[in-house]
Amino acid sequence: MGETYQVTEQRSGQTFRCKAGQSVLKAMEQQGLKCVPVGCRGGGCGFCKITVLNGDFECGKMSRVHVPPGAIGEGEVLACRIYPLGNLIIECRPQPAGRLASEHTTTKVLR
Amino acid sequence: MKKGVMRPGHVQIRVLDMDEAVKHYKDLLGLIEMDRDDQGRVYLKGWTEVDKFSVVLREADEPGMDFMGFKCLNEDVLGQLRSELIERGCEVEDIPAGELRDCGRRVRFIAPTGHAFELYATKKQTGKWGVGNHNPEAWPRGLEGIKATRFDHCLLYGPNLDETLDLFRDVLGFDLAEQVIAPDGKRVAQFLTVSTKAHDIAFIHHEEPGKFHHASFFLETWQDVLKAADLLSMTDTSIDIGPTRHGLTHGQTIYFFDPSGNRNEVFAGGDYHYPDHEPVTWDAEELGKAIFYHDRVLNERFLTVLT
Ligand code: FES
Ligand SMILES: [Fe+2]
Repeated sequence: MGETYQVTEQRSGQTFRCKAGQSVLKAMEQQGLKCVPVGCRGGGCGFCKITVLNGDFECGKMSRVHVPPGAIGEGEVLACRIYPLGNLIIECRPQPAGRLASEHTTTKVLR
Repeated sequence: MKKGVMRPGHVQIRVLDMDEAVKHYKDLLGLIEMDRDDQGRVYLKGWTEVDKFSVVLREADEPGMDFMGFKCLNEDVLGQLRSELIERGCEVEDIPAGELRDCGRRVRFIAPTGHAFELYATKKQTGKWGVGNHNPEAWPRGLEGIKATRFDHCLLYGPNLDETLDLFRDVLGFDLAEQVIAPDGKRVAQFLTVSTKAHDIAFIHHEEPGKFHHASFFLETWQDVLKAADLLSMTDTSIDIGPTRHGLTHGQTIYFFDPSGNRNEVFAGGDYHYPDHEPVTWDAEELGKAIFYHDRVLNERFLTVLT
């Protein structure tokens, strides 16, 4: 403990610090960044799915629907359930075009 | 027209880690642990509930809802509804008595939205926890956390809302209390009641079947909702939104997540519905306000974060 690592999200180029034992998603939220989408924060919804391109980490429990067996080895994990063991380079999924606009246009989403 | 279905009776929720889940539902939400079974399932209830349990937690490697059960007036009604479901073309699965501890036989079917529902008529009654029904005090001492009083309803996401409404209305005797209508006339949300509550079960249109949005628990007052929010912060629990008010049903609410990412709600107040009332209608253009009355904007999480 006491260690702090650097996490870089490749798509946005944003960088933030994450303490050992802290989830990557929580560290990002605490620093007011939004590069990874935030959902349930509990490994259940798959919203915060990222690919770890480089670096070591530990995982908590994650829904098998979103992280099938084998995916962890590929670095495909949920940011709310990974805890860095060193500096990380991550990449979130491409944001659907509607995502940013959808805050105000909800009916499309429902159809 | 009422068909003898009385109320939401139970919900079985899948959790990733049982110990964390029990801590959440018991210590934070304030449900009472009533039993465990040899499958490792944990049975809980809100303190005002007369039946033995209303929430069943099952450890699994994906979160979500296994099924929701409605309690019927008696075994005759249950038999009658079973036949009507079959006549309607529903595939019915008979679950023997005792599969859930101290619960009678259950009749399970899959709604057109892809969710499993059950009807049953018999469950052991242990009485209101800590007060009973003879000269009862106002509330029991020794409640924990948010002190949720009862399991109230679920909101589920899936396709085929029209067929689902027909089934719940015609066969099970629910009424449409509130709805959201898109500009093309399509109903995209439906809140159904089998009582005078604004909803006992709600559905929102979603392409993927069988998704779980939230299980909701009733609190007495807005002050209780604020205190729930305090406790969520004290325990660093993931909050979705609130405290705020819904436009739909006008309940005062806060949404948050259990440690496996299943959404919970605690709420107070809300409208009432009688069978002679026309449904309350919200236009989809006003959906932001319909869902979150004060923000008047949906957060994207509401529509997309599901288990
Ligand atoms: S935010 Fe839901 S799985 Fe990470
Ligand atoms: Fe609700």
